[in-house]
Amino acid sequence: MEILVCVKRVPDTAENEFELNSAGNDLDRDDLVYSVNEWDNYAVEEAIQIVDKVGGNVTVVTVGDDESEEVLRREMAMGANDGVLLCDDAFEGSDGKGIAALLKAEVEKGNYDLIFTGAQADEGAGQVGGMLAAMLDLPYASLVNKIDASDGGTITVGREIEGGNQEMNEIELPCVISIQTGINEPRYVGIRGIRKVAKVEIPVKGASDLGIDGGSVGDAGAKTKRVDYFVPDLGDGAEMLEGSTEEIIEQLIEKLKAKGGL
Amino acid sequence: MTQIFAYIPHQNGVAEDIAMEYPAAAQKIDASASLTAIVTGSGADLDAVVNEMTSIYSEVIKIDNADLAYPNAEVVRKALVNIIPGDAVFLTAHNTLGMDMAPGLSVKMDSAYAADIVDIEGIEGSTLKMIRQELGGAVSTHVESDISNGAVLTIRPGSFAPVEGGSAGGSITDKSSDAGDLSVKRKFLEIVEAEVGDVDITKSDVLVSIGRGIEDEENIEIAQELAEAMGAVVSCSRPIVDAKWLEKSRQVGTSGQTVKPKVYMAMGISGSFQHLGGVKGNPFIVAVNKNPKAPIFQVADVGIVEDILDFMPELTESIQDL
Repeated sequence: MEILVCVKRVPDTAENEFELNSAGNDLDRDDLVYSVNEWDNYAVEEAIQIVDKVGGNVTVVTVGDDESEEVLRREMAMGANDGVLLCDDAFEGSDGKGIAALLKAEVEKGNYDLIFTGAQADEGAGQVGGMLAAMLDLPYASLVNKIDASDGGTITVGREIEGGNQEMNEIELPCVISIQTGINEPRYVGIRGIRKVAKVEIPVKGASDLGIDGGSVGDAGAKTKRVDYFVPDLGDGAEMLEGSTEEIIEQLIEKLKAKGGL
Repeated sequence: MTQIFAYIPHQNGVAEDIAMEYPAAAQKIDASASLTAIVTGSGADLDAVVNEMTSIYSEVIKIDNADLAYPNAEVVRKALVNIIPGDAVFLTAHNTLGMDMAPGLSVKMDSAYAADIVDIEGIEGSTLKMIRQELGGAVSTHVESDISNGAVLTIRPGSFAPVEGGSAGGSITDKSSDAGDLSVKRKFLEIVEAEVGDVDITKSDVLVSIGRGIEDEENIEIAQELAEAMGAVVSCSRPIVDAKWLEKSRQVGTSGQTVKPKVYMAMGISGSFQHLGGVKGNPFIVAVNKNPKAPIFQVADVGIVEDILDFMPELTESIQDL
């Protein structure tokens, strides 16, 4: 089984408190901690487990800048065999379709049976997998939290749907799957693992390598664009309890008594 | 004139709540636009939903086909491409069906795509201005889509005011024969129902709900002690279940359980909309989080900026001393 996993370097929501810059139109990016998108780790783990069982190769690909190479190396330290970085000034400002078009070009250079994405990333759109599948005319299933890849030309996948229920589907290969968290337990990557792959060459491909017209992707080709970031005024929000911990607890207990919490 | 089409998700012959929310979204896109509901399905369930929709929408399109009896996104998408005009604005819910079906639909229609829309500012020329969130709800963004060749938007459930009552007396158009070839390479097999756990969190009036802030599996004991002191039950957000620290049956959220407690103690939970989607009935929400910017503080009744690992044991002790 040849598996391609699409990954992304994102600001880590567990490690950052997000603030706006002084102009108030973008994140203050000076001290942001970045990591690989959480969903993508589950996707890479799933790919590795499938290949361990049925044989094959796992390739990780990302669209990004030089710094995105670090997430490819991290996923290679997990056990992915190869990495590819799609990087070109012309790719900057791509919307979901722009990213999907770039990934499509890379997919067509290989011979993949399975293409994974994370179910969503930092922007929370969950769009690239479905777009990529439609561009490739391949079947798609999103939010997948179970894969049975033992059969030949098809696999069985479970989709996580509302209420904790699971929708089982049989899907023909090749196909595109978006992976939901919780499908497996991604393995730990230590510093030694990262060191092992530190010198592996990662090919970098630009617009001409992919045979893509730079004007069709990036900011120029984007039909949907983010204008700015802002923090909405949502009214008063919570009544914040202040003081020493003791004082806070005293106030809280009174409120809990009044509301039936005690 | 803008043409807007709204896809109606339904179950057991009843439309989901989002069906009542699309009209407000459409109004905000363009008050003069035409708005048409599209319902796909099969048989009596479909007819029930179509009839229900005629009280809310002036135009309802019905697509009846045995292959649509279960909404396999691949099949729904194929049918919709043949029904929706190329330059229309298409609305669907940002739910597990919408996320499955809509991104590919925008490719097949060659239209703009904008996901998980929480508010709409309107159209200027051929630019549609909308609001969405990023980074788990930590920040909002203004986005603009060029809709000169149409658009596919997924709308976050609960974001637009529902229409009440309704006596639109809408007309029904049967477009079943226009759906075309519905053969796809993905076959729906069955629904596997969620497992029932040892504790039913939906039955408890007070929930001590833990999130990432619990940091480690062995700290769950701290939450259990607080719950015990309060006569409450421990529930959790998604990361705790992903880490296999608690059973899936304890998860609150759209992909877990829907709870209606009197008091909801959100301990170290940031407050994503998927999580809050599972908290209903307007409970008294207490949020404790060491991040003063956590989105949970926008919806909680009472907020406390502290580390739950320090705060919970002290609270437990004070309650035990009462």
